[in-house]
Amino acid sequence: MPFADADTFDPRVAWQLNGQVSLREETFGALAYHHGTRRLVFLKSPELVALVRSLSDFDCANDALAAHVAVGEYDRYVAALATLGRSEILCARQ
Amino acid sequence: MPANSSLRTRFERGLAAPICLTWELTYACNLACTHCLSSSGRRDPKELSTDEAKALIDEIAAMQIFYVNIGGGEPMIRRDFFELVEHAVRRQVGVKFSTNGTRIDERAAKRLASIDYLDIQISIDGADAATSDRIRGVGSYDAARRAMDHLKAANFGPFKISVVMTRDSIEQLDQFEALARFYGAELRLTRLRPSGRGVDVWEELHPTLEQNRRLYRWLLERPKVLTGDSFFHLSALGESLEGLNLCGAGRVVCLIDPVGEVYACPFVIHDEFKAGNVRDAGFAAVWTNSELFRSLREPGSAGACTSCGAYDACRGGCMAAKFFTGLEMTDPDPECVFGHGETALRAKRVNLRPTPSPDHSRRVPVTLSSR
Ligand code: SF4
Ligand code: SF4
Repeated sequence: MPFADADTFDPRVAWQLNGQVSLREETFGALAYHHGTRRLVFLKSPELVALVRSLSDFDCANDALAAHVAVGEYDRYVAALATLGRSEILCARQ
Repeated sequence: MPANSSLRTRFERGLAAPICLTWELTYACNLACTHCLSSSGRRDPKELSTDEAKALIDEIAAMQIFYVNIGGGEPMIRRDFFELVEHAVRRQVGVKFSTNGTRIDERAAKRLASIDYLDIQISIDGADAATSDRIRGVGSYDAARRAMDHLKAANFGPFKISVVMTRDSIEQLDQFEALARFYGAELRLTRLRPSGRGVDVWEELHPTLEQNRRLYRWLLERPKVLTGDSFFHLSALGESLEGLNLCGAGRVVCLIDPVGEVYACPFVIHDEFKAGNVRDAGFAAVWTNSELFRSLREPGSAGACTSCGAYDACRGGCMAAKFFTGLEMTDPDPECVFGHGETALRAKRVNLRPTPSPDHSRRVPVTLSSR
């Protein structure tokens, strides 16, 4: 995944699943559908789905990552979250 | 959204619910396009009632199918069309519907513009009346343009202009692009398959190898042009086109027809690809348990394509195109970019091609009165 994505995503702030997005779990992960942009996005692992769902329980994305993801996997998952942020599947939480 | 190959393998094994569900509301149509994939014309007396249709929408919502592609026939001919669309939208099921545009007057355009989660695809088959009407009938092009004018005037937003690629329309790609730009619309190009009445015209209308190669390059330069994954057989030419690049039939795609029959995809309305009926135990049961769908989700054999270096991109092409031209599932696509399909077709010329099972074509020619 392109590293540049991480620029637009700040893991030090709180994130959550956008209220306009529905998730449908599948064996490979999940389909995420944004009812506003009408975009369909694939979450390509069950771990990513669990991470995304847990974001709203943490004060910042870093805490959610620490709880769900091994240290060596951190960059990969930040990049994945950044991609989801760009397609408005995730949004920053006040 | 290009899928990586491991994801594609998962898709080939099937999903909990389809990604792309087409629901044809009626076999009734006021036009009689020569390539109609559903052989539409006359309404079927057994079509789902309003209550049955609403119950189906509820089930679609419960399965988290986020949107449904509504087609026909001409869906707007159903008297409960708006009632059903509004029911779907209330259930958070987005609607994309295909229409010939003849029923979109000023009033209908305003009503359509007031509904959220609604996409409209207006079909034409040429960038001018002469080319388009040859397939869709006299007056149909002007009617479609009037519908586009009404949508624009009603501020509907970006609707879609949908064109099937024939030997003629494929020569007008730039004109379609200009037309879409004029309306602020999106352009959607799809493949002509020998399905429905298309079986009678496919041979004379399907693009040549050279035209397909040009289309491929044109599409590569325009990733925003929508194709519904129609042209993945052309990905064999090199870089993959946008889309999942697989035959989704019974895996991520399926069709519910006006009488509730479930088929593997909109282009295989034939007994051989019928999985069950939503009237029996509901749609979810058919999707999950049908023997046909289960077998389509088994890893298939690459057959005659095994030794082809492009198999990973093209997967042997479209099942419907093979079936209705009389080829085996293990044969190359009839429009194989390397010409292997044509060779296979020549070898089978003696065989009878299957004809689509249900045929709702009208018995008399149709004329379109302009209003
Ligand atoms: S031989 Fe088969 S896999 Fe190769 S391009 Fe032709 S249809 Fe596709
Ligand atoms: S049979 Fe053809 S049209 Fe149907 S899903 Fe497969 S590739 Fe697409």
